Amino acid sequence: MKGFRYLSNVATLELDQGRCIGCGRCLEVCPHQVFVLEARRACIGDRDACMECGACAGNCPVDAISVDSGVGCATGIINEWLREKKIPGLGGGSCG
Amino acid sequence: MSDHLGACKARWGINRMDFLVPPGLYAIGTPTPEAPVLVTANYKMTYDLVRRVLAGRNVWLLVLETFGINVWCAAGKGTFGTGELVRRVAESGLAKVVTHRRVTLPILGAPGIAAHEVLKQTGFSVRYATIRAEDLPEYLDNGERTTPAMRELSFTMYERLVLVPVEIVLVLKTLLVLGGGLYLAALILAGSSAALTALLGYLGAVFTGIALGPVLLPFIPGRSFAVKGALAGLAFSAVFYAVAGGALWSWPVQLASFLAFPAVSSFYTLNFTGCTTYTSRSGVKKEMRLSLPVLGGALVASLCLALVGTLVK
Ligand code: SF4
Ligand code: SF4
Repeated sequence: MKGFRYLSNVATLELDQGRCIGCGRCLEVCPHQVFVLEARRACIGDRDACMECGACAGNCPVDAISVDSGVGCATGIINEWLREKKIPGLGGGSCG
Repeated sequence: MSDHLGACKARWGINRMDFLVPPGLYAIGTPTPEAPVLVTANYKMTYDLVRRVLAGRNVWLLVLETFGINVWCAAGKGTFGTGELVRRVAESGLAKVVTHRRVTLPILGAPGIAAHEVLKQTGFSVRYATIRAEDLPEYLDNGERTTPAMRELSFTMYERLVLVPVEIVLVLKTLLVLGGGLYLAALILAGSSAALTALLGYLGAVFTGIALGPVLLPFIPGRSFAVKGALAGLAFSAVFYAVAGGALWSWPVQLASFLAFPAVSSFYTLNFTGCTTYTSRSGVKKEMRLSLPVLGGALVASLCLALVGTLVK
């Protein structure tokens, strides 16, 4: 996205090119133009732009893409961590 | 985009019912059986916007039940999802209303949808049209083809600004509890004027983190939201020091204010990542693992300092 750039080398996006059938769906749904199509195969052109929304993985007809998607605000993640550790959360505002 | 994010926190509960539109199939103008079928959420602002930009055209509008939440957030939760789309297509008898087999969805709805599953279960193929509803007319005029510009996200000052009130409403309860506690503690230890200063400083730091950080986002250096928030908080501390007569405070209290306020601002700016459309969850997790111990340490240190400062005066 123009003018906005988040941390590098964190996105969990993975693509199994061996499975890809080159349908182009991932290019269509990604709002950050992460993928490019080369020789009828998708490849990850700009992994650091990925916001882990999961659109590409969910829409790939052959399950070639995986990404850890979910709640992205600090309060939401804290509540998630607390749940994992079985500590009751403080509630509080969350987009969760 | 503004309305997509506007109710990222639609849980704020105020007049929720006013934001609901009954789900189902609507006709805009007098659509023929060949007219396109556009899919949207039953979030009032999105629905109104879509109707407004499509005024004068003849299209079908299929409204999904997202419980008054906008497309982007509902897709993240899965309510704007494959199951709901399949159900609405069946319930509305869409296959009898139109002769073609295409449904047109907003791009930001894609995280909730598996297009190939929709095709398998309904016979309708999914097209992802545009990010913004405002681009729909051009998309339709363009032979239903998406241009690169229609796929490009934006996050303008205005789009960030409209998110701030909701964020503030969400933290009101925390503010009341923590602010009240801080005021009382300071009142007992140091008297009413010090208590008022502490409370104002705290509220200012929260506001800096919630409003100033997000609004000035691209102008504050760094990529980390925690750092951006801390820098904004540091600037606030300096202003507050000057305005509130910080030169008269004891040095531990001065130090405490420059530790605590940036820490508070930092947390709230970091929390804003939940409302942006470019921060990844892994990135936020990394930031939190690094910043939470620092923020916590800064708060504890500043509390100790403030105690020492008021007791040994
Ligand atoms: S959606 Fe899947 S199959 Fe289609 S181009 Fe992308 S990776 Fe390849
Ligand atoms: S997860 Fe979202 S942002 Fe990341 S590559 Fe997939 S569609 Fe693009």
